[in-house]
Amino acid sequence: MDAIILQILNGLDKGSAYALIALGLTLIFGTLGVVNFAHGALFMIGAFCAVTLSRILTLSHTIIDETQKDFLGNPLKVDVPYVHDIFGVSAGNAIIDWAVPLSVLFAIPIMILVGVIMERGLIKHFYKRPHADQILVTFGLAIVLQEVIKYFYGANPIPTPAPEAFKGSLDFGAIIGFDPNIIIYPYWRIIYFAFAAVIIGGVFAFLQFTTFGMVVRAGMADRETVGLLGINIDRRFTIMFGIAAAVAGLAGVMYTPINSPNYHMGMDFLVLSFVVVVVGGMGSLPGAVLAGFLLGVLESFASMREVIDIIPGINQVIIYLVAIIILLTRPRGLMGRKGVMEE
Amino acid sequence: MFNLEKSDLTLLIAVAVLTLFAPFILNPFPADSAMAQFNAGYPDLMQRFVIFGIFAIGFNILFGLTGYLSFGHAAFLGVGSYAAVWMFKLLSMNVIPAIILSVIVAGLFSLLIGFISLRRSGIYFSILTLAFAQMMFALAYSVLTPITGGETGLQLALDDPRIFGQSQTPEGNIPVPGLFGLEMRDSFDLAIGSWVFTFNIGYYFCALVLIASFYLAIRIFRSPFGMMLRAVKSNQQRMNYTGLNTRPYTLAAFVISGMYAGLAGGLMASMDPLAGAERMQWTASGEVVLMTILGGAGTLIGPVLGAGFIKYFENIFSKINATILHEWFAFLPDGLEDFIVAILYPFIGKGWHLTLGILFMMVVIFLPGGLVEGGQRIAAWIKGRKAGKTTAGGKTEPAE
Repeated sequence: MDAIILQILNGLDKGSAYALIALGLTLIFGTLGVVNFAHGALFMIGAFCAVTLSRILTLSHTIIDETQKDFLGNPLKVDVPYVHDIFGVSAGNAIIDWAVPLSVLFAIPIMILVGVIMERGLIKHFYKRPHADQILVTFGLAIVLQEVIKYFYGANPIPTPAPEAFKGSLDFGAIIGFDPNIIIYPYWRIIYFAFAAVIIGGVFAFLQFTTFGMVVRAGMADRETVGLLGINIDRRFTIMFGIAAAVAGLAGVMYTPINSPNYHMGMDFLVLSFVVVVVGGMGSLPGAVLAGFLLGVLESFASMREVIDIIPGINQVIIYLVAIIILLTRPRGLMGRKGVMEE
Repeated sequence: MFNLEKSDLTLLIAVAVLTLFAPFILNPFPADSAMAQFNAGYPDLMQRFVIFGIFAIGFNILFGLTGYLSFGHAAFLGVGSYAAVWMFKLLSMNVIPAIILSVIVAGLFSLLIGFISLRRSGIYFSILTLAFAQMMFALAYSVLTPITGGETGLQLALDDPRIFGQSQTPEGNIPVPGLFGLEMRDSFDLAIGSWVFTFNIGYYFCALVLIASFYLAIRIFRSPFGMMLRAVKSNQQRMNYTGLNTRPYTLAAFVISGMYAGLAGGLMASMDPLAGAERMQWTASGEVVLMTILGGAGTLIGPVLGAGFIKYFENIFSKINATILHEWFAFLPDGLEDFIVAILYPFIGKGWHLTLGILFMMVVIFLPGGLVEGGQRIAAWIKGRKAGKTTAGGKTEPAE
């Protein structure tokens, strides 16, 4: 029992990342009808927003500290971050410590901007081209974005820690009545899950309860008619692309403490996210979220020792295996609508 | 001759001449000149040209003719390599049985995967092939380590049985792959003046296989079977309505292209007898897609051009470094020189993938037909200029 709860918890954080990326992919696909292979790159750019902000915050200038001496008796040179000068030492340290959560604010405008530029500059021209062309051009774009990041940040993973306050683990088992120290779960992963839940809830609420969202949903159902009603649906779809980019970017920002960002993390997640989207049903937002969590949890179950002993290697292939079975038995995915992407 | 039309025969002869004289064509610069780094006429690179050419020709039979975009073709190449290395380990170092087995094994795998994946089309087909390839890659890396060698890859060892060959040479080394006594790695250097041309047995073996595969591809393209595949690409629904089951045709195309990939994998292992799982990763599948698109999908010569183009620039571009750039632009004033070098630097050396990505995007955006279409457009333009103003305009492009 405790092992099962532990695996469900372990699956949730990875599932959250899958769900967020898949949600963005589905938004883009549902609104613009574009298969975006560069979406993983957006996730990666988000993660590097966090890296950039923490670098900006730790920008330092060197001063000579007369009170401290090195072993030769000379005054010691100390690097002082600029934030210390602006906010004072303790507040400055707190800001540096909280770099990753702060990056969320930093990343939203950047990601929306990146998304809008991408849509207006490139993807706009590919609406009427075949899906294969869309896949290929966004695949090329993903390579380019990845290489640009590699050029500026190098090929090695860059550790970006969570704030000190969230470094520990929660003894989850003790709360729900198991023996202590059996089900422990890092705070940051709880936060990641909660964050993902908020974002997903926010996107759904935005689509469901605002006029803008209503128009977008109408556009997803019948773009032409909405256009004929005199609504500039293209502009709204562009904004949705920006939002989808921001969702992927935020997923990346918050993922940095779990996994140090490197330039190819986007590609690693992209393949899985596509599988998630297809399992959930192309064009179905709830399906993408559901499939994301489902596959995340399944993956962590498959990596249990007991399971691996029975079927060796299952943890490596479970997601693909599920995808193949779903695609062959339920051609529309778990919650796919009729008539979307059925050839 | 060969049952080919005249234009196809010209193409085949052109490919044959290009590959057979590649050691000359790719070495246009004297060995010790400053331009020698642009020479591509060394065996290792030439082998890669033709091997990836074969791989891309095979991929084109599937993608170019039927329009099914497979994102998992590298898996068959990897399987082929493993099969070939196992032949070297168990049977003998002769490349013929190794290559035959790698083609058969890749064919079997593609039959299985194709049978399942071809139940769906469009993006679902791409995802299914991707999923299968990633599964094979993950398994080869982890659980199947006894068969695949895991992370280190599958290598030859001194205590391999090699029933029809010898476990080790009299000197106590691992024997090298060969063809009835001809060792694949043997080369013959021809020096003419300050030019040095290298003729490698392995390369010529690959080149002959390439010419044979190219001939086979032409026959497939021109056959009723090829016509059927093109019909599938242009309108599968209409094919179904005429009462025709397209599945056997697409499956046959899938298996043929899988066998081409296996052949390429077997050749790769024959040139350098080791096999690793990274050959099966989806980025490797992406690479062959790039080659085919860049050259021109659906054309005969396109994939070969694309493979050669990418492999050439991958090797040459990644060798250029900042010092060489500085030498090139040394004639400019210092400030300007540094400026130009600083601009160009991200695109060369380790930044080669950036150039490749940009180039690839440009091709998809502006030249969906690849290099072949580019060549045709230039040819048409020159023709139009020659014809002068008497013919009005020539070809007109339909508005997008």
